[in-house]
Amino acid sequence: MRRYFGRKLLVYGLTFLVAVTINWMIPRFMPGDPVQSMLARANVSQPAAVEAMRAHYTNLFGLDLPLWKQYGNFWAALFQGDLGTSIWLFPTPVTDVIMRAVPYTLALLIPAILLSWWAGNRFGAFAARRKWLDNTVLPIGYVLTATPYMWLAILLAWGLGIVAGVFPVSGGYSFAMRPNLSWEFVGDLALHWFLPFVSLFLVAFGGWAIGMRNMIIYELEADYSTYLSSLGAPQRLIRRYAFRNAVLPQITGLALQLGVLVAGALVTEIVFSYPGLGHLILQAIQNQDFFLLQGAFLFIVVGVLAANFIIDVVYVLVDPRTRTGMGGEAA
Amino acid sequence: MTLRVDDLRVHYRTLRGEVKAIDGVTFDVGDGEILGLAGESGCGKTTLGKSLIRMDGRMRLAGGAAELDGEELPIGDDHRMNPFRFTKVSIIPQYSMSAMNPTRRIGRMVAELLRSRGRQLDTDELGRRLDLVELPREVLQRYPIELSGGMKQRMVMVISTLLDPSLLIADEITSALDVSTQKAVARTLVEFRDRGFVRSMIFITHDISLTYQIADTIMVMYAGKLAEKAPAGVIVGEPRHPYTRLLISSLPEVGVRYTDRRLAGIPGEPPSLLDPPAGCRFRDRCPLAFDKCAEEPPVVEVEPGHHVACWKA
Repeated sequence: MRRYFGRKLLVYGLTFLVAVTINWMIPRFMPGDPVQSMLARANVSQPAAVEAMRAHYTNLFGLDLPLWKQYGNFWAALFQGDLGTSIWLFPTPVTDVIMRAVPYTLALLIPAILLSWWAGNRFGAFAARRKWLDNTVLPIGYVLTATPYMWLAILLAWGLGIVAGVFPVSGGYSFAMRPNLSWEFVGDLALHWFLPFVSLFLVAFGGWAIGMRNMIIYELEADYSTYLSSLGAPQRLIRRYAFRNAVLPQITGLALQLGVLVAGALVTEIVFSYPGLGHLILQAIQNQDFFLLQGAFLFIVVGVLAANFIIDVVYVLVDPRTRTGMGGEAA
Repeated sequence: MTLRVDDLRVHYRTLRGEVKAIDGVTFDVGDGEILGLAGESGCGKTTLGKSLIRMDGRMRLAGGAAELDGEELPIGDDHRMNPFRFTKVSIIPQYSMSAMNPTRRIGRMVAELLRSRGRQLDTDELGRRLDLVELPREVLQRYPIELSGGMKQRMVMVISTLLDPSLLIADEITSALDVSTQKAVARTLVEFRDRGFVRSMIFITHDISLTYQIADTIMVMYAGKLAEKAPAGVIVGEPRHPYTRLLISSLPEVGVRYTDRRLAGIPGEPPSLLDPPAGCRFRDRCPLAFDKCAEEPPVVEVEPGHHVACWKA
């Protein structure tokens, strides 16, 4: 057991190292010069002043050092929790900018992922082998899961937001409000949260439901199900066993889908101008804000890795075969 | 009389039509009798065994009836059949290696299965039966993956007979085992019968020599029909049906060197059951076939307890 987790931790550590390195590289090798754009924004006409400012900014962001030193400094700063200064929102530190956006993204992602997984599995298991449901609802599942996140988001925004006028289509809360702890504000937050959540939920739900339905059918055909039926066990028991066994691959599926879901959340946020990380990344790219982009990606990478690790642990807890496999290895 | 099967017809529904896997088979199994059911692959052995306990979705009862302990066995009705399963009729399936839920401890699975049938688990009795098949009682705390193939096989044998059924169907249970284990398993089945865990048994196998060791009666099937049924000694010693004779003669004998004389099989293969030919179904492969074989031979009792379906018998 310890060896297993030791190996896992090592793999996760390596992944983290590589991801952070790539993450550091991408903005630096991207075309465009952020200092230049800051200077352009400052709108100074005297060439001497421009030169002085350029030197100041380049030094400030550490861009005058050789690349390997920049890389080293980046790691050193990272362990102190310092992700640099945002260019777009100069001089706010990147950490602050991200921390402001993270609650929105998490509030969107966590319920969307967990609820869609839970509901999709339940529903898929229920629909499997029930002709009527299988024939009507599963095609809908196929359509849902094949829908790009942003397209469904646009449809929902248009249908429920613009045409029906029930939900607001942009922002995290009304422009007319200031964040405060009142029922009115919380209600407003929930109203703005609903559409992005639903569009994420529906796409993922379709995928889980279809996956579960196929898995359940496979399990119901399995030998142990046939044996139980031959011994006259009620369908309830057989389906319960089948569900439990079918959930295992779905857990692995969740680990695999996590990245896709996060990416989906990012584009959905852009569609709804939802003030989460996705929105932040878009702004960072438009403003050539290296440090913000780097920080946002870093946050996502760490999040996905952590979630994957949790899933690994959960899998060991729920599947006795992995556990006994490890026991056998140790013995 | 424990089991009486009368003119049983079971068909498989396929896209190309109905495959007549069992086409009019009549036989009975007495109290305490072990009936060995032999025949080559595709002759309907397993279909016959399955149809007596649970037909799968593709199978259809096309005719005939079964009676167990004087009571009608509603084999064509999945729902009405349910009370009989496990309690009156039980099965040790072909796939014992994967018959147990991989993610439940065996003991818990057995308890849940019994509870779902409204029975309480008698732990002492279960323990005694585990002792009998030489399984440690700890297996109940284990997952199926932790057991060897032979252990799983024995565990399934114990589970299937836990409610002392009248009829046990043992379907090709030795096929996946090595020769020494085969013999032990076969002996255990006899032991189960002797101790009254099961009243009578249908032992399905393609291995006539193994059947001979444990069966009281052997029934040979060919292409969905009964070819010959007689006490085990008679089938092996003085078979009357040409198919049985060829089957027996294709077994290797002790003391014969097969480098000199090649072991003969039966040339050809069984006819398609999608549209079986009229007359005797063995006709095309039979060395004794003559004009009369174009007509279907009836099953005749040539001696008490010896039934043959052949014009030449």
